[in-house]
Amino acid sequence: MHKIRQTLARVYAGAFIFYMLLPLVIMSAAAFNNTDKIPAIVPWKGATTKWFTALWADDRMWHAFQNTIFVAIAVALISVIVGTAAAILINSVSGNLRAALYGTMISTILIPGAVIGISTMIMWTKIGNGLGSDFILFNPGLHLSVLGQVSYIAAIVMLLVLARLQSFDQGLEEAALDLGATHAQVMRRILLPHLYPAIGAGAAVSFFQSIENFNVTQFTRGGADTLTIYVFSKVRSGITPTINALAFLLIVVTLAMAVLYELKRRRNASVEAAREAEARRAAALEEAVI
Amino acid sequence: MRNMIRRYGASLTLLICLLTAFWLLMLVIVPNITLLESSFRPYLPVTEIGGPKDIYTAANYMKVFNGAIEVSPFGLTFQIPVHVLTFSLTLFYSVVVTLICFMLAYPLAYFMAKILSARSLPTMFLLLFVPLWVSEVLRAFAWWMILALKGPLSWVLLQLHLIDHEVRWIVGYNGVMIGLVYTYVLFMIFPVYNAISSLDSNQIEAAEDLGAPWWRIHWRIVLPHAKPGIASGAVMVFMLSAGSLLVPSILGSTTSQWFTQTVQQWMLDALDWNTAAAYAFLLLLMCTLFVSLVMKIFRVKLSDIAN
Repeated sequence: MHKIRQTLARVYAGAFIFYMLLPLVIMSAAAFNNTDKIPAIVPWKGATTKWFTALWADDRMWHAFQNTIFVAIAVALISVIVGTAAAILINSVSGNLRAALYGTMISTILIPGAVIGISTMIMWTKIGNGLGSDFILFNPGLHLSVLGQVSYIAAIVMLLVLARLQSFDQGLEEAALDLGATHAQVMRRILLPHLYPAIGAGAAVSFFQSIENFNVTQFTRGGADTLTIYVFSKVRSGITPTINALAFLLIVVTLAMAVLYELKRRRNASVEAAREAEARRAAALEEAVI
Repeated sequence: MRNMIRRYGASLTLLICLLTAFWLLMLVIVPNITLLESSFRPYLPVTEIGGPKDIYTAANYMKVFNGAIEVSPFGLTFQIPVHVLTFSLTLFYSVVVTLICFMLAYPLAYFMAKILSARSLPTMFLLLFVPLWVSEVLRAFAWWMILALKGPLSWVLLQLHLIDHEVRWIVGYNGVMIGLVYTYVLFMIFPVYNAISSLDSNQIEAAEDLGAPWWRIHWRIVLPHAKPGIASGAVMVFMLSAGSLLVPSILGSTTSQWFTQTVQQWMLDALDWNTAAAYAFLLLLMCTLFVSLVMKIFRVKLSDIAN
């Protein structure tokens, strides 16, 4: 009976993976179908790469792509700076202040994107109207999308950095100060190097969160396109398999990164295992000598 | 705070505080206060802003009650304002999506935490992460293709002679539900997995040795232990579903309307930002109430949910 349940669980897990991946396979396959206009995999009309050529020639796509990268870099940069600062601050306060700050920070993750988008838009245009200024910051546009996205992505970075701070030994800072290091040196040479792994992970997560973002961008973008907006408007109006070609390329990039990550992990794991074996041998040797 | 000044000096501490203040004040608190304030002002031409007509009023919220339509669920026919209907259906279907996601995710999370060997776990995670990193718009689009009238789903079922003519799958809220479950189920799996994997397997074995049937082990041991994870997953899935704009726009039918779509119409089509603000605030209220309710039912804190 126990065996049957385990087998059932395995079958279920297999079916689940199939359910997760099959739509992506179907979508990718349609990029190669030689249809006239509508993306489809049935009926199959022979393989073609014409949709990739069409995608390559689409200026609007390239423009949206460029915008997406700019926005994502800006979001990653600001989120990392703000999120790290917030994590350091949270880590050095306690009591009610900490609870209030922490609560406000993580509640941003739970605010619907539409609300963030609309509130950001209204506030900055109001400030612009109030100042009677026509400065670009106060008009709709992708810079407002950046600010809106930062408002919740910074919280993700904060959580990652805060987790890393838990393993930080503050004695190191004390030692550095005692040895005559300046405050800037303590920050740059002691604290930040310890946080780099979390900061790196935070930057990567921010970058991809920003690329994915639709809700905030849709309400703040003005007339500008990002890749997500571009795909969305294509799906709503006059869709062609060029979208499938784009999807295929994005999935390939994702897969490549996933495989690279996995290879790196395996290498690290084997290095770790080798190191452990070495340590065991050394310990055994030591014991034998004694 | 004094500790911080001692370590990093006054100027660095000030910088850190200013950065955090910029985030919390300029990007979170003030925008939301502005949103609330705007929602109580009428939509006026630029020249009349600040004039005698620019007074505080709840008129924007009252627009929810305009335009009654007739609905007849379960054979009962009654009149209901169209936006109230949208709001209620969004709430209802988001809860249903959350429940379906839980039912799909729980067995898998248990399998990953307690049955799968530690060696194949990273591969499993990798396979699950791939769809997560593919953007939401593409995942919705994939289902749009699959569910199309002459799409692969109809084709396969026709070949298997399970149906005798092509079926229109995107009817009512079907498409939206399928899309939302597919897109957000992963947000249920990871927290539930985390919660279950912290359960000591000895407890399960002890229960088995004492003769408990499998369903009672789950009901009495695994589920109570997984409660924080379930709460966190439920909150994430609900918020993402109720706040989703992409999936309902792409996979919606002519008879489905999501509350975010109504908000978008006020904001981008009617250009009435004040009413959009009022509606957005209602959406925020719905989400806040849901989170509080879940926290109360599951007796967890906000900090447990965010982890």
